[in-house]
Amino acid sequence: MTTTETATAIVPDFGDDAPTGRKLAIICSKGNLDMAYPGLILANAALGEGVEVDLFFTFWGFDMITKSRMSDLKFTMLGNTATHMPQGLGGLPGMTAMATHQMRKQIHDVGVPDVPEFLDQIVDSGGHLWACRLSAEMMHLDENDLYDRVEGIISAADFIEKTAGAQLLFI
Amino acid sequence: MTVTTIGSSRVHVDAEGFLTDYDEWTEDLARLLAAQIGIELTSAHLRVLRFLRADYAEQGETATLRRVSTQAGIPVKELFTLFPGKPAKKMAYIAGLPKPVGCV
Repeated sequence: MTTTETATAIVPDFGDDAPTGRKLAIICSKGNLDMAYPGLILANAALGEGVEVDLFFTFWGFDMITKSRMSDLKFTMLGNTATHMPQGLGGLPGMTAMATHQMRKQIHDVGVPDVPEFLDQIVDSGGHLWACRLSAEMMHLDENDLYDRVEGIISAADFIEKTAGAQLLFI
Repeated sequence: MTVTTIGSSRVHVDAEGFLTDYDEWTEDLARLLAAQIGIELTSAHLRVLRFLRADYAEQGETATLRRVSTQAGIPVKELFTLFPGKPAKKMAYIAGLPKPVGCV
């Protein structure tokens, strides 16, 4: 291998000299355990890269920030061909509980936190959590029912306004 | 392979400037690396760097922010304050380690 000598040190570019003002908006609309994670993982990754992140929880995604449900999201084999199991199996009593238990274990084994702890880490990293007003009204929930680090219950229009210029992910 | 001089040390670095030889790192060198990216090292920074170095020696890969917070008990919020912007990559750079590959 050839060795190159450089007189001046090479300094990595961490983007501090030219901040891009990059923003990411993530809409979380699903309440299944498996569908909660993509948004959380991407939010966390973006925050670690210095990107400003806002998450909007709507419809079934409301379960991710509802205190009584956020620790108890479930995974079902039903309608999910990617498990490569006969679909009939998924409907048997106890199968959703078993599949959920298995997925929680797999998530834990790779060092990924539960949903409430993950949300904590996202807020600690500078992320913003917003709840959808229409979903709150439909489900008769208010601030007291929601994870206490949610910044507010806002309309879809408010979220769009807040995230002007952001790249958007709908999950 | 690139060899460069930082302060009075000759060190091996990759194309981006990250050290590639674990044993070429010293705390004095870390102060120079930190200064190059605008960070003045304090004891709080050094606590993070020492954990990263020890953990890398055991695990063979650079700890993620989450691992530093859960294993070394240093809150994620503090890591963002100590190493603003891209904390995981900056920590790794100053600690003379490769960029972390873990997602969380």
